[in-house]
Amino acid sequence: MSSSRPETLRRALVLAGTPTESYLSDGVRTIPLREALETSRLGGTRDSLAGRSVLLAVDTQFEAALALIELDGLARRIVLLPPDVKSQQLPAIVRDAEIDAIVCTAPEAFEALGPETVVFQVDVAVPVMPPDTSLATEWLMLTSGTTGDPKLAIHTLGGLTGAIPLLPDAVSRPRWATFYDIRRYGGLQIFLRAMFCGGNLVLSRPGEPVADHLERLSQADVTHVSGTPSHWRRVMMTKAAIGFNPSYVRLSGEIADQPILDGLRAAFPAASIGHAYASTEAGVGFDVNDGLEGFPASYLDAPRNGVEMRIQDGCLQIRSGRMASAYAGRPDLPLVGADGWVDTGDMVEVIDGRCHFRGRRSGVINVGGLKVHPEEIETVINRHAAVRQAKVKPRKSPIIGNIVVADVVLADGTHDADQVKRNIIELCAASLPTHKVPALVNIVSSIEMTAGGKVSRQHA
Amino acid sequence: MSARLTIISEIEQVAKDQNKTLRPLTDDLELLESGLDSLCFAILVARLEDKVGYDPFTMSDDIEFPVTLGEFISVYDNVKLAA
Repeated sequence: MSSSRPETLRRALVLAGTPTESYLSDGVRTIPLREALETSRLGGTRDSLAGRSVLLAVDTQFEAALALIELDGLARRIVLLPPDVKSQQLPAIVRDAEIDAIVCTAPEAFEALGPETVVFQVDVAVPVMPPDTSLATEWLMLTSGTTGDPKLAIHTLGGLTGAIPLLPDAVSRPRWATFYDIRRYGGLQIFLRAMFCGGNLVLSRPGEPVADHLERLSQADVTHVSGTPSHWRRVMMTKAAIGFNPSYVRLSGEIADQPILDGLRAAFPAASIGHAYASTEAGVGFDVNDGLEGFPASYLDAPRNGVEMRIQDGCLQIRSGRMASAYAGRPDLPLVGADGWVDTGDMVEVIDGRCHFRGRRSGVINVGGLKVHPEEIETVINRHAAVRQAKVKPRKSPIIGNIVVADVVLADGTHDADQVKRNIIELCAASLPTHKVPALVNIVSSIEMTAGGKVSRQHA
Repeated sequence: MSARLTIISEIEQVAKDQNKTLRPLTDDLELLESGLDSLCFAILVARLEDKVGYDPFTMSDDIEFPVTLGEFISVYDNVKLAA
């Protein structure tokens, strides 16, 4: 089985047939995948990158996608640099990943780092023969942690694509889009799905407003779309969502609670709606397609699709061939436990045969000695019909350490915000222990999102 | 004007939200006997801060938490007078 899987991205595209109508687009530029296979945009230097450790530091996702097709199987390793990484973090990345070449669009920003820079020019495509080498290139993904030096999780193409069915969907030829950046784990999954299934991929552009992006996805007749619950809440707050008609809506990266699943069901009645569990370290865990939050506890009983899961001290642990193997350059920092399991840091509670995500272990708020997961309270607040998005956060209290308060974005046209605030507190009081009832509800116009598409939780 | 009315109305609201039964709110009522627990007081102080614009218990190190309701109210009134 595993031996029949394509060993490189190039090989996957060939196997998927890459029909002439398959393309990669960001709205400004559209390039047929077949052309991407037969050309190089590395200024004649492609073959000099064979066996090297390459930092992929191009400006846009579009360039990154094309460069990945060129470099996989050729380079020893590729580090995918997301757009939000700060320049002061680069020296540690270069050191830990043993970078000896930087593929970029603006070399002046990287020359001081030391390694040779190679300019990627999207508009200068030169016909090339396939490379002679076919290495098992390592793909290094930055973890989404917010503090300290970024960690670089080492993956292989086989691990990254282990959850992707190989049969190309020749009938429908899915047209994929993602609200993630493809240089992050969640977005990369969608890029690889599109490439492995002979489909098309429509990418977002840097700084593109949500409404414009959605308009473009509608025009391109995109069928399969993936994003975090925060991304999807933003979509549902945008008028351009009307007329947008995907057939598959996928959520991952944050807890997909029942209100967001029900909201998407109402907004896109014709679509299949699924949520997936994956992390940069643990890889893809599983998909859930029954429209309910959480996942069946039976998933814990036996390995499913090559993935084993267990709960230890309330925390989900995963073991599979899709995990990252280590953090590059950090032997002091084990990614996989001694017994071969990855601790995800996601807290899970089993109720009536269903596992429910409670929140990140690192995000727990201490209210007078009691632990509170902000996500659990947000789920309750999100049930209120006038609420579009909620964020629960700690507020320091001289009396008991912390209390919890909620920021809430209301639906357009909501009258009597004071009444809604009261209703939210009553709703929480009716279904949560008293220490989890928000002390205050603030109405806000928007809730900050990280570059990875998640609710920003600075206090953690 | 005294902060009294604001404080009394917020106490009643916190008690309702937290499902607590209040004793009659007289000035000599001891706070520990009022029916509110420390979580309720934490919520009360935070809500009052948003209403009146200050939290007297974090403004100074030497304020002791009051024993009676009357003392609680005067802590707020005193800060207002000092301002």
